[in-house]
Amino acid sequence: MEILDLLLAGFAEAATPQNLLMMVLGCIIGLFVGALPGLGSVNGVAILLPITFLVPPNAAIIFLAAVYYGAMYGGAISSVMLGIPGASTAVATVFDGRPLAMQGKADYALVAAAVGSFCGGTISVILFTLFAPPLAEFALKFGPAEEFALMMLAFATFVGLGGDDIPKTLFSICIGLVLAAVGLDEISGQPRLIFGDITGFYHGINFLVLAIGIYGIGEMLWTLEITRGDVQVSQAAFSFRRIIDAFRQLKGSIVTIISSSFLGYFVGILPAAGATPASLMAYGLAKSLSDTPEEFGKGKLSGVAAPETANNAASTGSMLPMLTLGIPGSPTTAILLGGMIIWGLRPGPLLFQNHPDFVWGLIGSLYLANFFTVIINIAFIPAFVAVLRLPFTILAPVIFLLCIVGGFAPTQDMHDVWLIWLFGLIGYLMRKLDYPVAPAVLAIVLGPLAERALRQTLVGERGDVMIFIERPLSATFLVLAVILTIVPIVKMARIKARRRRAAEDSGGS
Amino acid sequence: MTVRTAELLMAIIMGVFSVYLMWKSAELEIGWVPGEGPGGGAWPFWLSAGMLICCAATLFRWFMRTTPQSRSSELFMDRKTWQIFTITAGSLAVTLGLVYFIGMYFALMLFLSFYLRVVGAHSWKVVLPISFFLPASAFFFFEGLLKIILPKGYAEPLFYPLYRLIY
Repeated sequence: MEILDLLLAGFAEAATPQNLLMMVLGCIIGLFVGALPGLGSVNGVAILLPITFLVPPNAAIIFLAAVYYGAMYGGAISSVMLGIPGASTAVATVFDGRPLAMQGKADYALVAAAVGSFCGGTISVILFTLFAPPLAEFALKFGPAEEFALMMLAFATFVGLGGDDIPKTLFSICIGLVLAAVGLDEISGQPRLIFGDITGFYHGINFLVLAIGIYGIGEMLWTLEITRGDVQVSQAAFSFRRIIDAFRQLKGSIVTIISSSFLGYFVGILPAAGATPASLMAYGLAKSLSDTPEEFGKGKLSGVAAPETANNAASTGSMLPMLTLGIPGSPTTAILLGGMIIWGLRPGPLLFQNHPDFVWGLIGSLYLANFFTVIINIAFIPAFVAVLRLPFTILAPVIFLLCIVGGFAPTQDMHDVWLIWLFGLIGYLMRKLDYPVAPAVLAIVLGPLAERALRQTLVGERGDVMIFIERPLSATFLVLAVILTIVPIVKMARIKARRRRAAEDSGGS
Repeated sequence: MTVRTAELLMAIIMGVFSVYLMWKSAELEIGWVPGEGPGGGAWPFWLSAGMLICCAATLFRWFMRTTPQSRSSELFMDRKTWQIFTITAGSLAVTLGLVYFIGMYFALMLFLSFYLRVVGAHSWKVVLPISFFLPASAFFFFEGLLKIILPKGYAEPLFYPLYRLIY
């Protein structure tokens, strides 16, 4: 009952005129951002965060959460209409969305995506409401040792579940943590890593600088390279009757949608896993559970509904560890977490106690945003499709402009804008060589918190590192982290050994 | 340059950068300070050491041709990609440099005009309105609503009439 009361209060908070306006605005912007090829929720949130300083934190987080949500919905639009995923989270949507569009059934695919997203969003936000308060209460037991161990676990999930090259993933984590250490040492107050004695480094490297550089400039360069500024939009017919017919045909996908919602939510909770693997896993699950798996990839509605349901569910799931434990479940929530720190709010279990209006307002807004987004999405599909016809060579400089002014606004220092430029270029080059960039963004956000937790623990224990193993929760997290790091290495060694054996066998025979 | 060469170069550059970071971190105490705990430089020092180990691992894997990049003889950037990269990086750098002289708004106007006209090959009918209205909207949003002053360089006097309008 207590949860219900808090949720009602949350709805009241979310439904104030200012918050409602920000939510609807966020949904619309998110839909556009998601629909544009190459831009996803993380780009939208990173680029737009600086302009939210105009409104109070509650309205700002509601706006950004709505952008996050809207972008998840919108990603399907470019997947279906262009055959280019709006973001990596919508990659699996292309598999069946594009064939449907080629058959002249783009509207069916878009309705399936919207309905799937709505169901995934709704089921996951209900799960979120049920899981968040007990998890936050449990997390109250955490001291700095547990906090540090939990952050190590979050980083380890990138190694274990990220699926990227292990040394490059670890490099990305380490460089993010080192960049977060630039500025003044919190304990001694001494300047640290002030490169070339440039004064701009004294205020540290804001996480937004790295995020805007990588997800703004770097991503645009990447998309310009892929699309060459030229995209082919599919033709689509839209009518009320066809939309109703699409709804009817979706009846056969109900089981897929429900299973994808649960799968997406739980995968989304895991840091590093997030919406992209969730959507791919949901697609695989739907295919393996289907009576007609051979139809997947040729234009099956369940093949569109499954990944879209899962990526929306995962986006809500990734907010759970961010709000309750202070550990982001995805790069987008890492940026939201950084934003909350700027607003003077420390995400974690105490947030539920100290700022219930903020937390429950956000949860209430997730319910409402889900509702508004599906309506706006279906009603304005033709408008979003029209936006896709915008040449990328117009969109890219506009995004660059937003990166420059948005990057200048938080610290009002040109030094940061130069860093954005530099990180954008280096991030692009590294991405081309398969260095994962998301762990670096997560690390720069968590870096100061991790260092503080480590040093607090060590100072309290007079340098005795055994404390991390003596405390049961911290030990559990660390053991899990070690397992997650070692498992892929062992797996890789096994594959190599098997290959060598096979080569020897074939050589011998 | 092939992808294989780029992989090698990146690992070497990042390895050298890691050593620089370790040296820079060592300006502060990297060991234990009695009564205070780990020195201020310890955290970045050991993380930079971690970066160096990762680069060494990448170099080893390059030598063993383990990663797809280390086996690839494809071009790292073809002509068109190189063109996009240099034009974008260069025009953005010139824009940021111009901010100190003609201010953010005029620099962005020039950047938009250049990019839309040269890279996008759009007509002046498209180029001019976008190049004017976007920076103008940014002015009213940042200076009017957010009260965040963006740099104006030597063009500051041109904004006096607008200041009277928004303040």
